[in-house]
Amino acid sequence: MLTLAHFLSLGAILFCISVAGIFLNRKNVLILLMCIELMLLAVNMNFVAFSHFLDHMDGQVFVFFILTVAAAEAAIGLAILVVLFRNRQSIEVGDLADLKG
Amino acid sequence: MRLQTILLMIPLLPLVGDLTAGLFRHFVGRAGAHTVTILAVGLSFLLSAYVAWEVFFNNLPVLNYSVYTWAISDGIRFEIGFLIDSLSALMMVVVTFVSLMVHIYTIGYMKDDPGYQRFFAYINLFTFAMLMLVMANNFIQLFFGWEAVGVVSYLLIGFWFKKDSAVKANLKAFLVNRVGDFGFLLGIAAVLLYMGSLDYAEVFAATPAVEGQTMTVLFGWEWQVMTVICICLFIGAMGKSAQVPLHVWLPDSMEGPTPISALIHAATMVTAGIFMVARLSPMFETSVTALSFILVIGAVTALFTGLIGIVQTDIKRVVAYSTLSQLGYMTVALGVSAYSVAVFHLMTHAFFKALLFLAAGSVIMALHHKQDMRQMGGVGRYMPITAATAWLGSLALIGFPFFSGFYSKDLIIEAVKLADRPGVAFATFAVYAGVVITALYSFRMLYLTFHGPTRMDEETRSHAHESPWVVTVPLVLLAIPSVLIGYFTVVPLLFGGALEDAIFVREAHDVVAQLAYKFDNGPFAFGLAGFLTPVFWLAMLGVGLATYIYLFNQALAERLKQRLIWPWTVLDRKYGFDELYQTVFTGGGLKLASGLSRGGDRFLIDGLLVNGSARLVGRLSGLLRQMQSGFLYHYAFAMIIGLVALMASFVLLR
Repeated sequence: MLTLAHFLSLGAILFCISVAGIFLNRKNVLILLMCIELMLLAVNMNFVAFSHFLDHMDGQVFVFFILTVAAAEAAIGLAILVVLFRNRQSIEVGDLADLKG
Repeated sequence: MRLQTILLMIPLLPLVGDLTAGLFRHFVGRAGAHTVTILAVGLSFLLSAYVAWEVFFNNLPVLNYSVYTWAISDGIRFEIGFLIDSLSALMMVVVTFVSLMVHIYTIGYMKDDPGYQRFFAYINLFTFAMLMLVMANNFIQLFFGWEAVGVVSYLLIGFWFKKDSAVKANLKAFLVNRVGDFGFLLGIAAVLLYMGSLDYAEVFAATPAVEGQTMTVLFGWEWQVMTVICICLFIGAMGKSAQVPLHVWLPDSMEGPTPISALIHAATMVTAGIFMVARLSPMFETSVTALSFILVIGAVTALFTGLIGIVQTDIKRVVAYSTLSQLGYMTVALGVSAYSVAVFHLMTHAFFKALLFLAAGSVIMALHHKQDMRQMGGVGRYMPITAATAWLGSLALIGFPFFSGFYSKDLIIEAVKLADRPGVAFATFAVYAGVVITALYSFRMLYLTFHGPTRMDEETRSHAHESPWVVTVPLVLLAIPSVLIGYFTVVPLLFGGALEDAIFVREAHDVVAQLAYKFDNGPFAFGLAGFLTPVFWLAMLGVGLATYIYLFNQALAERLKQRLIWPWTVLDRKYGFDELYQTVFTGGGLKLASGLSRGGDRFLIDGLLVNGSARLVGRLSGLLRQMQSGFLYHYAFAMIIGLVALMASFVLLR
């Protein structure tokens, strides 16, 4: 029998994977974007799980919002990425340290 | 014309002349500048003479009225007003007459100076300020005139502002006068505090009520209020009238052109302190302590500054030290409550000292601005009028019988002998010794300058000649009152009650009244008796010494100097006042200032507060900078840590 705890654990695991992805990835900004996407999905998982087990629709409404924002974010993020690549011929995370104080 | 219009015109005419010559100097040109200023002062003199005529001969009642209310603040009225009585009428005539003579003289003296119009503008402004001072009917206007003459004095001492010594001298005069003015201002403030008014008449009316009250000065000392007020006011007079120890500026003021030395630093401005004490006699009469203080200061000044005059070699400085000494005499007269005698000496001194200065200036002009008496000698042969008038002035100065200075100085000495208050013994000695010294330095100056073998170089001698008429006419016109004015005015002024409406003396202090018997047979008999007094023989002793040493046996002067090198050095150094002030006040001030600059300004404000806070921010941000790695994942991690921390606090601390 699947309980709420299983779903929350899955959400937490997904979240941790995405955080780890942000840290461990030194190569590609694209993977960073995917990790952020994954983070949002982990949150969505929690929302849906709570919505189902509490028998309340609010959580699922939020999921739609988040999906919309995530889509917009992916579009903008990829657009920036394209421009970035055009300018620097590289999307390596290690190179993008211009904000270093 | 209404009298009040005339009175208003007397000070305003010189002001108009000043503005015309000063602001439109290119428009009016050189001739225009001296025409307009001399016309202004001349008219002012004629009107003053008319007013004096009305006061002294037609018994014009005392006029005391306000012309204009300047400001009212917290119930205190600041007025411009005139008090016209015998004292101010006398001063107005003296000031405008000497000023007129100096104006005319200046045409010759400043002939080639590029600052011609500026000079005339300044001396006209001075006349205006001095007239405001003597005509004032309240303390504020007195103070206004007091400061205004100080400013003009500053401007004129530094008239040749490219000369380093002149700039130093005018700064010194200004600073030393500030010390005196500080006391003066405190005195005026105390008057306002205790009498509640600044109007002379109201203050005098309130004086009896204040007399006897005490106040706490520093460290719990209880002092009579009147004593404190009078001493504070007199400190102002010490600055302006150059009394020891605030006398140091007057000899240095000789850096200015000679006409202003005559007008400002001999005849008028420096006597403002004497005038002020005489004007405030109802207040000074209430405090014997203050009068004793005045007496001792005056005696010290009369004696010790005269001694310095003996060793000076600059002709103008000899006259300057003589002025200091004579101011000391006037102060002594004030100190023994003989205010009218002080004013009388002020008047006679104004004439003969202006004369001496202008004569010295005439010599300086003829010798192409050489002032050293060691390079003169025998000048009298080339300049007979200058020499003759200088002789007359010197005879008046040493108090030769029948000359004006004789009456005033002899009466001061007689008054001191009769007085009874602390300090009189010393003052008596000082005024007697002063007679010898005055005669000695006056005749030393005459002999070294006008007589004996000439020590001029060939070129100077070939140019030496009598000065033009614009110079000699004022000399002659000043010589006349220097000789005669004492004889004709001594009885009416001092014993005829002409100054009674202005000067108040308590009966117990009234030494002048006790002297009246000497004039029972008129001034002529007094003059004849003057030949038999010790004062005359003391003067003759001085003259004889000077004649022997400087006319017949000049080698002796040098030998005496070698023999008496120690006292000579003391005198030549002017008792070290300059060095003392230089080290203690100037040096101390500089040290204090540099200490404050280093400790306060550069360390505390600049170092700690301004640059310190900037450095602190810089260092902190240097630390914070380390956190800005620029890597995206670090920022993301920071966000997540923050999120976790917030949530943890939300969960744990709720």
